[in-house]
Amino acid sequence: MKPDLTAMTAFLAGDAQADRLVPPTGFTARLTIFAAAAMAFLTVFAMALSLATGRLADRWGDELARASTLRISAPMDQRAAQTAAALRVLETTPGVAAARALSEDEQRALLEPWFGPDLPVASLPIPQLIEVIEDDAGYDAAGLRLRLAAEVPGAVLDDHTRWRRPLVTAADRLRLLGWLSIGLIGAATAAMITMAAQAALAANAQVIAVLRLVGARDAYIAGAFVRRFTLRALSGAALGTVLGMLAVLLLPSAQAEAGFLTGLGFQGWHWVWPLIIPILGAAVAYAATWQAAHRTLKELS
Amino acid sequence: MSYGGGELFGDISLTLSPGSFHFLTGPSGAGKTTFLKLCYGALLPTAGHIRLFGADLRTMSRDDVALARRRIGVVHQDVQFLEHLPVADNVALPLIVSGHDRNSEAENLRELLKWVGLSHRADALPAELSGGERQRAALARAVIMSPEVILADEPTGNIDWEMSQRLLQLLVELNRMGKTIMIATHDMNLIRAAKSQVQARVLRISQRRLQTAGADL
Repeated sequence: MKPDLTAMTAFLAGDAQADRLVPPTGFTARLTIFAAAAMAFLTVFAMALSLATGRLADRWGDELARASTLRISAPMDQRAAQTAAALRVLETTPGVAAARALSEDEQRALLEPWFGPDLPVASLPIPQLIEVIEDDAGYDAAGLRLRLAAEVPGAVLDDHTRWRRPLVTAADRLRLLGWLSIGLIGAATAAMITMAAQAALAANAQVIAVLRLVGARDAYIAGAFVRRFTLRALSGAALGTVLGMLAVLLLPSAQAEAGFLTGLGFQGWHWVWPLIIPILGAAVAYAATWQAAHRTLKELS
Repeated sequence: MSYGGGELFGDISLTLSPGSFHFLTGPSGAGKTTFLKLCYGALLPTAGHIRLFGADLRTMSRDDVALARRRIGVVHQDVQFLEHLPVADNVALPLIVSGHDRNSEAENLRELLKWVGLSHRADALPAELSGGERQRAALARAVIMSPEVILADEPTGNIDWEMSQRLLQLLVELNRMGKTIMIATHDMNLIRAAKSQVQARVLRISQRRLQTAGADL
């Protein structure tokens, strides 16, 4: 199994004469193609899940880590003054890149999923939120809390770590499960192809015996089977991958409201990833059939 | 050589010299087929040595055995073909598996089929052939690579006298071309018929020994 390119091309181009030596089998061929297609289809989703949760974990881990929220809970008449004071403090805090009080519209948008549209935010005792963006170095949260406590009594700093950490852990775990699923799907594919190949080899025992008798080398006999199963797995997996990618493409795209669900799918160059599934499928089939053929041939004289 | 627990042969020593013609005879179950299988490397001896074209069978790899078989034509008792391919392809099988270009050998194949009298059956499937036709197709397949040795196991077992005469004729012709021939048979008439045409030696397996049979045959 050397990754020799010319050998690979010759292998795929095939030997028409060698192909004819093994009788064609319509039904098992279709089963193999179906199994490969189904497995590729599932792999596309496992891959989409892994990549999407990977993206979420990265985003929560990175983007949100650099953002924090300051909540000003003060009586209505003091809110504007305390907000201005807090912004002054933040402007002079080293490590804070930007600080901005959310507008009424933005606050309303945040509450909309819970209270519906047209909430009269202004007339409600809703705390004012200030979005704080850190620079790369980050700020000293403890120091900032002390200063705020002194100058803006109604301010509460939330640096997101409290709820961010379990989410990142969950996303990481999901990503791991996704890759584990892909591994399991690959192993199951190998098992199925091995069984199909074993069945084909057993069914063609007489053919193999005749070929051995007339001086065919093991590699030649195995090649006839290996090529067949590799091509079946390749075509099946290609079909399954295309269908899987279409299904992912046609997933209803969740807007910003859906938060967590956003982007279960592929983004940008990640669309290249599923394209390796047929190649992986073919490689798995190649290895599995090669193993099965050599095991079977060794037992023959 | 032991088989199924008991020793089948012992103290056998034989060298087939190029161009010789041997008959192998003996009662059923004496081990004629086993002996032939040893001769083309389908079985390994439990003791002793077998040399194919000078190489010890025990030290030969599976590929070495495959290559040696291209120099040995085998006609089996129950001839097996690739049943889904026509006779012409089956006869050309040794060429195909050894990577020869079939088209350049097309003339060769046509002549060979004519020689065994199967030209008109070239496109038939093996299942459509009669017993005699199958044996002759098997002989054609055995010789298409122009092997140095031809081993035939009861080649006339299932066919009538006239047909077996014809098959024998083909084997005698091959021997005259310099091929080494070994035929396992218990058909004494066949042996007598052959002896009138070629210098044939008769080997007999009995009581686990290989003996040169007397001239009384």
